[in-house]
Amino acid sequence: MTDQLRVITRRMVEHPADSHTLARYEATGGYRQARRALDMGRDELVELVKESGLLGRGGAAFPAGLKWSFLAPARPAYLVVNADESEPGTFKDRQLLERDPHQLVEGMIIAAVANEVHHAFVYVRGEYPKPARRLQRAVDEAYTAGYLGEGIFGSDYDLEVTVHLGAGAYICGEETALINSLEGRRGEPRLKPPYFPAAKGLYMMPTIVNNVETVSNLPHILEMGPEAYKALGHEADTGSFLFSVSGHVNRPGNYELPHGLTWRELIYDVAGGIRDGNELKTWIPGGASAPWFVPSDHLDLPITKDATAKAGSMLGSGAVVVMDDTTCVVRAAERIVRFFAHESCGQCTPCREGTTWLEMILRRIESGAGREVDVDLLLEVGGNISVGLAWPPRMTTICPLGPSAVSPIISITKYFKDEVLAHIHGNGCPLRGAQR
Amino acid sequence: MSDHVTVTIDGRKLEVPAGELLIEAAQEHGTYIPRFCWHPRMKPVGMCRMCLVELETPRGPAIVTACTTPVSDGMVVHTRNETVQRMQEGVLEFLLINHPLDCPVCDRGGECPLQDHVMAYGPGESRFVEEKRHFEKPIPISELVLLDRERCILCARCTRFSEEISGDPLIEFTDRGNGVHIATFPDLPFSSYFSGNTVQICPVGALTATAYRFRARPWDLEAVESTCMHCTAGDRINLQASHNEVVRILGVDVEPTNQGWLSDRCRFGFQYVGSPDRLTVPLIRDAEQGHTEVTWSEALDLAATRIGEVLAGSGGQSVAVLGGARLTNEDAYALSKFARVVLGTNHVDAQMDDGLDPQFLAATVDRALISDLDSAKAILVWGPDLKEEHPTLYLRVRRAAQELGAALVVVHPRRTGLDDRATHKLTYRPGEGADLLTELVAGSGRASQARQALAEGPVVGLVGRTGYGEDPRLAEAVAAFVRTLPDARILPLARRANIYGALDMGLAPTLLPGRVSVGGEGARSIAEAWGGLAEHPGLDTRGILEAAAAGDIEVLFLVGADPLRDVPDGALARRALERVPFVVAIDQFLTDSSRLADVVFCADGFAEKEGTVTNLEGRVQKVNRIVPGPGQTRPDWSILDDLARRLGVELGFGSAEAISKEIADVAPAYRGVTWDRLDWEERDGIVVPDGGEAPLRFVPADTPGTRAGGDLVLHLARVMYDDGVTVRHSPSLAGLAPGAAVHLHPDDAARLGLASAETARVVTEQGEATLPIRLDDTLHRGVVYVPFNQPGMPPLGPGPAVTVTPA
Repeated sequence: MTDQLRVITRRMVEHPADSHTLARYEATGGYRQARRALDMGRDELVELVKESGLLGRGGAAFPAGLKWSFLAPARPAYLVVNADESEPGTFKDRQLLERDPHQLVEGMIIAAVANEVHHAFVYVRGEYPKPARRLQRAVDEAYTAGYLGEGIFGSDYDLEVTVHLGAGAYICGEETALINSLEGRRGEPRLKPPYFPAAKGLYMMPTIVNNVETVSNLPHILEMGPEAYKALGHEADTGSFLFSVSGHVNRPGNYELPHGLTWRELIYDVAGGIRDGNELKTWIPGGASAPWFVPSDHLDLPITKDATAKAGSMLGSGAVVVMDDTTCVVRAAERIVRFFAHESCGQCTPCREGTTWLEMILRRIESGAGREVDVDLLLEVGGNISVGLAWPPRMTTICPLGPSAVSPIISITKYFKDEVLAHIHGNGCPLRGAQR
Repeated sequence: MSDHVTVTIDGRKLEVPAGELLIEAAQEHGTYIPRFCWHPRMKPVGMCRMCLVELETPRGPAIVTACTTPVSDGMVVHTRNETVQRMQEGVLEFLLINHPLDCPVCDRGGECPLQDHVMAYGPGESRFVEEKRHFEKPIPISELVLLDRERCILCARCTRFSEEISGDPLIEFTDRGNGVHIATFPDLPFSSYFSGNTVQICPVGALTATAYRFRARPWDLEAVESTCMHCTAGDRINLQASHNEVVRILGVDVEPTNQGWLSDRCRFGFQYVGSPDRLTVPLIRDAEQGHTEVTWSEALDLAATRIGEVLAGSGGQSVAVLGGARLTNEDAYALSKFARVVLGTNHVDAQMDDGLDPQFLAATVDRALISDLDSAKAILVWGPDLKEEHPTLYLRVRRAAQELGAALVVVHPRRTGLDDRATHKLTYRPGEGADLLTELVAGSGRASQARQALAEGPVVGLVGRTGYGEDPRLAEAVAAFVRTLPDARILPLARRANIYGALDMGLAPTLLPGRVSVGGEGARSIAEAWGGLAEHPGLDTRGILEAAAAGDIEVLFLVGADPLRDVPDGALARRALERVPFVVAIDQFLTDSSRLADVVFCADGFAEKEGTVTNLEGRVQKVNRIVPGPGQTRPDWSILDDLARRLGVELGFGSAEAISKEIADVAPAYRGVTWDRLDWEERDGIVVPDGGEAPLRFVPADTPGTRAGGDLVLHLARVMYDDGVTVRHSPSLAGLAPGAAVHLHPDDAARLGLASAETARVVTEQGEATLPIRLDDTLHRGVVYVPFNQPGMPPLGPGPAVTVTPA
């Protein structure tokens, strides 16, 4: 069995009763790195994070240090922590917020100092009331302790932190939609260019948007140094990585692991294999937006950013959704497409109209009213959202939400075309009765 | 060519201005990239995705929206390759899957960008077999506009217009994904003065206007370009008619004036033209039977006989002419010449006691162009609420302050439409403007910051009367102050239709055509051309009415004038009209005033005649004819020509165009202004030189200010919708007048014991009324605001002294 790492999950595992409190946080070494950061300043911190090779954990895996270095010179600059974790199958940030919120607060102090930010925001998913409460309590404790507010840690550095609860829209996890929402506008992605947050973000000022897990890693990078941090990981994928494994496995859950193990190891060793002795049918390697993997082609691939991309998918935010052989892939695809159709902001024509159309076609096939031409139609409609059905997608839209809905279409027609056609020829789902 | 870059569009190498959007650069060079959401007057949003193109980049082909991508040097663009064509077909197929194909009954059918784009770029058929999206439809979102959410393609043109351009964001997207639709806010209709613009820029038939809905098919429309005569901005319009009836007005996008936008008053205020209440035959009145229909000869003979008797007896000094602002320059010139030559009178006034010196309005030097607002560093508005009285000018000032970074100082007794964009706003009591001006000049007191905002030029001052309670000389003093500011230019503000043209044609007691002063140097050559001029000093509107009420006027001409309604002191106007022995009206309707006329001539109006008008910049533009006048109506010049002939004078008018040539000969400022040039090479108009024979150089009167004695002062001001004849006879607009009311500051209301009262008795020297109370905390304390000429309201007079007591 592959050993788990204990970096950002150490405290919550070792002190499950009170890992979220300030007392426990400080008793286990907390807030020392934030104090150090205050003595380091922007250049040194940016360089340090660059050296650590830290990749963003929100899904796009963009180098965090590089992102910080793009911050435009105008001030005030803002830091926004993206805690709008809403991708189906993703539930890692929730645990970080709920069970180690001070780790995030300390990371925010480091990121704020590194980016000369004096007001930071955390945008928490609307359906996360408990994580939001825990985080707010931690922020309140930090204010009381003098770690936030005016003159933090007795220095002359001021830092305000605002915790904001979203209203239940997946699209607000897209950084520019999040910024719009934070400003009180409709949660719609902005055009990039010109609205790259590092140049024109919150209130049109330079803004760093980082994921909860990304920021939670910062105290550890400072503590162990970039070299040691890098050594935790696997080649380009430095540090540890939180995998949220769900679906038809015996031990679903969050696992902190290095990259580099194989999917077979993750599914069968770490997550305990498929339930009820069923066969593995397919899995989504990196959240609902990612094209699926199948045992025949991908089980022994190493889990790295590059190998996954080369195989035509992505690790995304680490959500691994496992489906066994009782799963109807048409229904699974329909469920995912329905999610994206429901969560589309409605701005771009191809996404607004196309995702709903795909959902309608899939539902028709699943219900037994499919036509032979519908298989091609799915691909052509998908091709009008995601040109050439390429990976990574060539988008006809402002943001990747619409093209994300095309991933399951590509996957089921590529790997399970017979099953799709069986729905069409057999007036409905051939697995009816087998499902549970 | 550092300001230009080279781009390759579909294999063609082009030099285009750096930074320009790809969609514009391509279009200027003949490559049209299809679009729905992009509009040249608004910020791009890149939402509809119709303008997707492919760029060649070092990392391979990239898909971008042409409406959001600025050109850069070396850019290689494909707008019609296979990928782009597929994307275009894809977007159009997506737009059509939920779009009802009710084109045969859709107002937009035949001039619909969606239809046209599908024809040019779309797939031949739809593969959508599911049920289309359904919404309740149509839903009225205001009195003027209906929304069909099924037709809507969600391009955000209307929502952006209301936020970026008109500044009243009353419509917005709601819901998400496939359910996104346009909505108003609960209990808040889309009651924008500019709502009709959204109908015009809607790329489908989702927004329709009550005034045009189901009235015509676009291919049946006759159309002609013209100029709006509702306010004085000179907005360019496209006038459209079907079966000899005006059915629609659209804004024309011209840079100097309206940039395509119109107010709803302009857009829907054409309905009066086809009103069944229009006068179609001449009328004469006798004591028993009231008005009866007669032939033109009978009416003209009667008028000529009575006028001839008076002229022979008391002479021209007992004859007066009111009105003329609704006329074209040609008709105004004819009236001016008729008054001076045939009637021998200088008692001529087109300003209906609006109060401003005609020299101030017509002969201001350093007169600004509207487009000067775009480059102004600072703008001072001390005058009427632009949103109410000069709506498209309001849009331009708003844009300057909101998008172009101009400092904006607004001075008015209460809230104005520009307050939310004003960098400085000052309120004051009418009558105390001089004190505030003194502070502003000195940069002291509460005006110190506003003064600083005006320190950097270029400055544009928009100066007029804030209301009828204000001393008219204050505007001249404000203008004098503006002239001391760096690089300053002035737009004098008056709102009445073609008032600037009328004044330029001499429809003022002190002016002759071409801003020549009565008795001045230039008058001699006009006297020569005309064969004589009246010599006596002329009376203005107030003077004429007072003289008439005193029995000194024996013949009164009302030319498109309804003094009972139009002048602030309506009671004086009634006394005057009842006293004058012989009243001649030339009008389109029987108004409260022309009902008292002894002879009523029915005249052609707007859209029924060709001519020129002059706007507040001094810009001369064409108005054009699209329909015939109803019944036996005739142009004003020809009525006057016939009357003159019966009185023994040949005015020599052959046609309106011939008159325009005479104007160019006689009026110095109008030399070289011909219909030919206006119809062809100068379609945006010709700005005649500013100033005049005796240009007003703004020697400010000594601290003007007629201070009201009491502690309350009346602020009587116009609003967009009132009970004026054009609004009253345009059914779409008639119901929009806010109604008579007295607005009080809550503190004043409390002090007067009216805090919880519903109505109050409002008494001025000239009138009284019982009016509903509206509390308005934007009012300066002690100011009582009453909107002018609301339906059913008795004339109150200009005040300024007023008392308000429990009813």
